[in-house]
Amino acid sequence: MNKVELRGITVHYGEHAVLEDFSLTVKAGRIIGIVGPSGCGKTTIVRSICGFINPEKGEVLIDGKLVYSKTGRVNVPPELRRIGVVFQDYAVWPHLSTYDNVSYPLKKRKTPKTQIPELVEEVLEQVNMIGYEKYLPSQLSGGQQQRVAIARALTTSSDFLIMDEPITNLDAKLREQMLVEIRMLQEKLGTTIIYITHDQEAAMQLCDEIVILNDNGSIAQIGTDEEIIKKPANRFVFQFIGVSNFLPTCIKGGKCYLSLDEEILLDDNIPQDYPIGKTRALLGVRPMDIVFDDNSPIKAKIVQATFLGNIYTYFISLGKEEYRVQRIATGETDDDKYREDLTVGVKFVNVKYFDMEESV
Amino acid sequence: MTAVKNKDFLKLEGKRFFSLDKLMTVLCYAALITVVILPVVMIFYYAFWDGSKIDIDMFVKVLTQQGNLKAIKNTVIIAFFTTAIATVVGVFFAWLLGRSDIPLKGLMKFLFSIPFMIPPFLAAMSWDMMFSGRGGYVNRLLMSVFHLSSAPFNINSVAGIIVIEVVYYFPFVYMQVVSALERMDPTLEESARIAGAGQLYVIRKITIPLTIPAISSGMLLILITSLSNYGIPAMLGFSQNIFTLPTMIVELMNRAGGSFEGIREAAAMSIILVVVVAIALWGQRKLTSRGSYDIIKGKSMRPMLIKLRGAKYPLLVFSLIFLLVVVVAPIVMILLISFVKAYGLPFESQNMTLANYRRIFVGNIMVSDSVKNSLFLAFSAGLICLVLGTMLAYVVNKIKPKGGTVLEMMAVLPYSLPGTVMAIGCMLAWSGAFFGITLYNTIWIILVAYIARYLSYVLKSSSAALQQVHYSLEEAARSCGASHMETLKDVTLPLIKPAMISGFFLVFLPCMRELTTSILLYGPNSRTLGVAIYQLRINGYITQAAALSVVTITLIIICNNLVKFVIGDRRRK
Repeated sequence: MNKVELRGITVHYGEHAVLEDFSLTVKAGRIIGIVGPSGCGKTTIVRSICGFINPEKGEVLIDGKLVYSKTGRVNVPPELRRIGVVFQDYAVWPHLSTYDNVSYPLKKRKTPKTQIPELVEEVLEQVNMIGYEKYLPSQLSGGQQQRVAIARALTTSSDFLIMDEPITNLDAKLREQMLVEIRMLQEKLGTTIIYITHDQEAAMQLCDEIVILNDNGSIAQIGTDEEIIKKPANRFVFQFIGVSNFLPTCIKGGKCYLSLDEEILLDDNIPQDYPIGKTRALLGVRPMDIVFDDNSPIKAKIVQATFLGNIYTYFISLGKEEYRVQRIATGETDDDKYREDLTVGVKFVNVKYFDMEESV
Repeated sequence: MTAVKNKDFLKLEGKRFFSLDKLMTVLCYAALITVVILPVVMIFYYAFWDGSKIDIDMFVKVLTQQGNLKAIKNTVIIAFFTTAIATVVGVFFAWLLGRSDIPLKGLMKFLFSIPFMIPPFLAAMSWDMMFSGRGGYVNRLLMSVFHLSSAPFNINSVAGIIVIEVVYYFPFVYMQVVSALERMDPTLEESARIAGAGQLYVIRKITIPLTIPAISSGMLLILITSLSNYGIPAMLGFSQNIFTLPTMIVELMNRAGGSFEGIREAAAMSIILVVVVAIALWGQRKLTSRGSYDIIKGKSMRPMLIKLRGAKYPLLVFSLIFLLVVVVAPIVMILLISFVKAYGLPFESQNMTLANYRRIFVGNIMVSDSVKNSLFLAFSAGLICLVLGTMLAYVVNKIKPKGGTVLEMMAVLPYSLPGTVMAIGCMLAWSGAFFGITLYNTIWIILVAYIARYLSYVLKSSSAALQQVHYSLEEAARSCGASHMETLKDVTLPLIKPAMISGFFLVFLPCMRELTTSILLYGPNSRTLGVAIYQLRINGYITQAAALSVVTITLIIICNNLVKFVIGDRRRK
């Protein structure tokens, strides 16, 4: 069943189009990540779902019920849409205690008074905030305020949550912990979660499905983390989800060459994913997938070598450009044999080919 | 399709949602048009409409009368010199207290805050008691000590008015500049010193240019206030027939006695006053818009203090004497006069009495009425401005409707219009011109005028607070199931409560000491404290006027401390 359906949403801020004819379907009971660079319209999407803004065009459906339609003159106010929202800046009310913050949605939903303390306790336990009931937000740390915000969203709706960059303001260790906790909560309650972030790593760790947005707010790719890593839809996605190197290639006489100052043979056949009908394309490769191999005809010079505990990071110069290479430290004695100024042979594995003209 | 999980959806069928946003926007427009726009329109109507056609003869008539021209000249001269001298004095003290190592800063800062609490016309009255011709106490003292045959000072002159306005208004510049100096990055000055610049050079080339925006906004305040001030020129000028535009307008209104021609004359003069203010504002902007600096930072830093060395104690003595004369002397004078048996008697124990206080409180209906009226007016105006101003701030800052800036402009318009002009507008608008509503001669017309004049104070203080309330705090409440109205009640208003309380007192305090508008609008049963003091003084009951002044100042100080207590209490929490 579909939890949310957006159909042809269009939003402008002044002259600037944030969303243009944007459509998306979110299935119930899953965590879906919406990922994209800053300013691509992620927050506008959730604000449209929540009813905080009224798109100029399009329809919003929740649980199959039409809650917004410009042409149908339907606009269900936010308080009746029953969505638990965790805001980027927490939005924990500074004048209310933890207990009052978390119990507020229950009071507004006319929950019987006798049940409220029990329900609040239950939710606070889920976010590990028992004992902080009387604290004001100013007496809590950022991470604790975040938990209060999640608890409040859960009392609003344990069925449907929207989280807008909920962990950006936390330190790395706490971020990790919160991701695990959100995942556990979701599994326990079967909640549908829309998780907004610009941090693709967090999204991959948490989400069942990831929607990657282009700069202009259109959808670049929808898929599981595996699909996105293994089959990036285009150069933008490839570049967005990790450190990437691009090298120019060309096709001549049915063979694929690396096209630097001189042309070096890469493949005796035209690679399967080579852009159809093109004779030039970019080869995309991750730093881990550039392998030092003295037998390779492709020779590069190591410009810089850095040891980072468990991996080595190198910058190698090939043609006019520099590329990034990573190698796992094996612990063998010859680990440090690749030193700066050394010329080495390199080969590329797990390569992807992308259209050159595609704008990024 | 499976069952709908959200039961709220079932309630939606066939329900229409009314928009609180629209309602508030419409209410704001209606209120502002009624309170601000109608009076302004009426002034133009009377000035340009002779009953049957558009007519500008009235301006020709007004501008060819010697008395009126003299009043315009006086207004401009007084405003110019007051602004110039007060700015120099204000900047000097700001630098002395903000940047030098002069001792007793706490005491001096406290003294600077006092003029803000005393109504200007009361200060003028007190100076009049000290320096008016041969009758003033200080003049008499000087004459007998130095065996002079004529009075050494004459406060009842254009120069006298300028001096008192300087004394009263220089804190405007002082306050602005001191806060700018406190926020200025000290490294800017330090680097100039390191580069080898002398102290005076640094002050002239670095410090002063950087504080120009602050100086200029303080100057602007002085300029507007001086141009539209009624109390000081009225107290000091009437006896010598020295008129300024605001006092002339009131005089014309009194002389007119309700005749159409007379009112038209006053309306025309009001427009001339507005034009003078507009020209002054424009000129001031031209003068100071040449450079803008944004090197003043938000966070406060501890600036390096400049050592005065040998000049330290002479400057301290000079400053203290200046402050004592300017701030303390008028208060002491009023206090003394309020206890003296008859004006003119020396301050000796056998001449002292409490009779003045007894007289104003017992059996003087005018006075007891005025206390009640002023308290009622200040309280109701404060409350209404609080509600209306906060709603307006919400509409302008949060709802942001099309034409929101128009709303804001309408609300701050009376702030730059002289009180006299606003009062005349109210009088014209509410004497039966619209829907037959006649408020003239009642307390309600004063209330309407106060609301128009002071609404922008609450608007500013509530706007500043609302800008701190992030959208997400309200949206969080909406998503938690609160309606728009409940969101306002549970989240928005509690968060801006301190600003609302201080907004209330920002209106309450000036209303308590108001004279300019109430002198034009009072009726037999609606005298205010300001009007009562003024009339006692004009009618020769000087000692009783002094006694009532003491009562007024005490009331204002009590209320002022109440505010600080209330706000401070919240902050501590």
